[in-house]
Amino acid sequence: MLNHHYTRYSRAKRGSGRGWELLGFTVAAFIGLLSSAPVARAQDSTIRAVQNIFDPLSAPAETLFNISVLVLAVCAGIFLVVGGLLTYAIIRYRRRGPEDDTEEPPQVYGSAAIELAWTVPPILIVVMLVLVTARTIGEIEHHKMPETAEQIRIIGHRFWWEVRYPKHDVVTANEIHVPLSDRHNRVPTEMILESADVIHGFWVPQLNGKTMLVPNYRNTMWIEPYATGIYLGNCTVLCGQQHANMLIRVIVDKPEDYQKWLESQKQTPGPDPQTEEGQKQFIANSCGTCHTIQGLRGANGVFAPDLTHFASRATLGSGVAPNDEQNLRSWLKDPQVLKQGCLMPNMQLSDKQIDAILAYLRNLK
Amino acid sequence: MTAWIQDLIFTVDHKKLGFMYLGAGWLFFIAGGILALLIRTQIAVPNNHLLDGETFNGAITMHGTTMIFFFAMLMVFGLINYIVPLQIGARDMAFPRLNAFSFWATFFGGIFLFMSYVFGPGLYGTGAAPDASWFALAPLTSRAFSPGNNIDFWSLGLLVSGVGSITGGVNIMVTIFCYRTKGMTLYRMPLFTWLALVTMFLVIMFMPPLSAAQIMLVLERFFGAKFFEAQAGGSPVLWQHFFWIFGHPEVYILVLPAFGIISECVPVFSRKPIFGYPMMVAATVMIGFISAGVWAHHMFTIGMDSFSVTFFAFATFVIAIPTGIKIFNWLGTMYGGKIRFEIPMLFCIAFLFQFLIAGLTGIMLGCAPFDWQLNDSYFVIAHFHYVIVGGIVFAVFAGFYYWFPKAVGRMMDKRLGLWHFWIFTIGFHLTFDPQHFLGFLGMPRRIYTYQEGRGWEVLNMISTIGAFLQAVGGIIFIVNMIISARKGKVAGDDPWDAWTLEWMTSSPPPDYNFEHLPEVRSRRPLWDLKHPEDPDWKFE
Repeated sequence: MLNHHYTRYSRAKRGSGRGWELLGFTVAAFIGLLSSAPVARAQDSTIRAVQNIFDPLSAPAETLFNISVLVLAVCAGIFLVVGGLLTYAIIRYRRRGPEDDTEEPPQVYGSAAIELAWTVPPILIVVMLVLVTARTIGEIEHHKMPETAEQIRIIGHRFWWEVRYPKHDVVTANEIHVPLSDRHNRVPTEMILESADVIHGFWVPQLNGKTMLVPNYRNTMWIEPYATGIYLGNCTVLCGQQHANMLIRVIVDKPEDYQKWLESQKQTPGPDPQTEEGQKQFIANSCGTCHTIQGLRGANGVFAPDLTHFASRATLGSGVAPNDEQNLRSWLKDPQVLKQGCLMPNMQLSDKQIDAILAYLRNLK
Repeated sequence: MTAWIQDLIFTVDHKKLGFMYLGAGWLFFIAGGILALLIRTQIAVPNNHLLDGETFNGAITMHGTTMIFFFAMLMVFGLINYIVPLQIGARDMAFPRLNAFSFWATFFGGIFLFMSYVFGPGLYGTGAAPDASWFALAPLTSRAFSPGNNIDFWSLGLLVSGVGSITGGVNIMVTIFCYRTKGMTLYRMPLFTWLALVTMFLVIMFMPPLSAAQIMLVLERFFGAKFFEAQAGGSPVLWQHFFWIFGHPEVYILVLPAFGIISECVPVFSRKPIFGYPMMVAATVMIGFISAGVWAHHMFTIGMDSFSVTFFAFATFVIAIPTGIKIFNWLGTMYGGKIRFEIPMLFCIAFLFQFLIAGLTGIMLGCAPFDWQLNDSYFVIAHFHYVIVGGIVFAVFAGFYYWFPKAVGRMMDKRLGLWHFWIFTIGFHLTFDPQHFLGFLGMPRRIYTYQEGRGWEVLNMISTIGAFLQAVGGIIFIVNMIISARKGKVAGDDPWDAWTLEWMTSSPPPDYNFEHLPEVRSRRPLWDLKHPEDPDWKFE
């Protein structure tokens, strides 16, 4: 369904010189090879479909990446040492023939000195890991947001994402626009995560780790993306039949594009004589009970995605299909075809009604 | 035939009950395995339409629940039931009737769970099997989101089987404490029995929280209680605490008996006593205690405060120390030995490497910041299948090859055993190794479908091929058991030249287990008998 080309951000651009960089890059390259992602130059509309956690493109994801590579290196070291010793013991002390069956090897019951010796290094490693972990947890969780920070509220629903921009009074769904940040002009985005029904999980690996959206709780998370593009992610906590298609698209815009987008979202679509029939049908078939369209009387439901700027979104049904005429027609005819188990019922619309509503929705730029 | 069935139904003999536990366990293993193959087939390719979301969610829930509660638990109880009274020189369990009750309660719990496929839809017509995943995260289990009866089959089935586990745990603990033969002090107990003791301690400590949570869930679904329902002021986080305070020790309930099997096989096939017996026991007890304080590492992404996150990350790292000690002690046992590569030892060796990797990926998950990326991804799936399949199932296979001659009186076929070992091992690695990388590439668990272009296609396909290879390996194992039980080489009392008491009696043992037992003077009573010139008790 995703026909775009996938690109990987060129690491050289960031030019940070951390000690783990080389090792991390090797890991990232190895995993990138496995996922067979073609390398191309990053563009604004790049779809970042392959979300490799070892190829972070956001400040907190990079912090997680650094500790991940350290832990990975420690674990690899332990594996080589212990695995090597096991292999050596197995090969060196194998039974070599029937003559070995006649006599038992020396019976050794243990050795306090040896056992002490191999207990101390694990303890030291644990102490080191605990300290590093505690520091990283603090770095992420007690990160102070600058004044310039953007703030969004994400509310998980079965099976879509409600997105609110409290500073700008903008409401949208499923496609989350955030501003690009850079070293000189930091614009992190703080996300407030809530749920309307069951527990969901928000995860876009290149931007940050995951956080659950728990009903009655208010979790927060922040991202600070370095590269523009469209980042794909998933809901990570089983929330019902369409958990798999509760997809996330985070669109990182350049600051000026982001402002433009905000402005366009603030516009309330005015009455348009060409789509008057569609508006009528939209209300007559009680679409407005669940969906909101600003400027349309009677369309103020909060149960389903806000459709005020529906045509400006690239996908339908929380990423299940591209938002084109054919898919929208199929969706209006029966949403259960594209997304079986989603909560929108088949509204039994006639072809004429579908034509009218389709024309109306396609016009909501 | 009828007499045979009647005997099975009314028996209170620990060996027959052990057989029944194990037989029932393999039946559930086949059911859970078929579900696993369905799951793997569905996600082998993107946009697959073999299963829909609901059936898939039912399959993953039933697969997880079956494998944990009705395969692995039955293996644990079956092996302990059969072996422990023999190892401590007892005639039977302390409470034979309670033993039969435990088996039947557990077994009926499992059958009841599978009844959901028939009766689950209830009056509302939704959801044939429980479909809220094996940890049934509230509030997905509430009436509002699961209107049928499927969740009730899950909670009541586990409640009933939980009663069986708890009574079984009490029974085995009492047996070990009160029924040891003359001279067998706690300090001379075989390690399998020691680990069984700690396991049963964990069972009676940590099954009750799960049972309590099931009762709360039943109250919520039938009587309008509001424990977990957010809209009514309940807390979904509470369910997770209840579930994981059981769920993490449960891992040790399953893995400690596996450690026990390894601790029996490695010395015998290396021809040396276990290296550092006191440390092994101490490490086990330590694991038992620490395992009570790590549960919230399953909840790092729920939005805990940073102090709690740090504490549980710390506790999780600490548990690596006694686990590491165990691996080093097995290494020390092999070092300087004369290792015989019989089938049980091959499974032990594979276990050692796989469990090492499982432990290391566990450290990665225990590091909370790394876990924020890896939690609920395929990396977690790979990690715990490394523990449960690569660790526990491999150890259970080792145990079967090791004790089959004792229980049946015939050796298992070595050639089929080799086929089984290699096909299953290769299948295991093909299945679960790629899943680590799927996790790195952002694939979340429990999705029934995915779009192409996310970088997941090739790895998923490899994983599915591996799953089918494992199935072939499993079939060879079952065929081997059936053939060997009829036509295998006659084993004799002590085919492996081993040292613990179960090898003193005939194979299979008589109903009363032992006619006469010498006083035990060391950890290896049979060594003392075979080497009167160089007995162990002089050195211990």
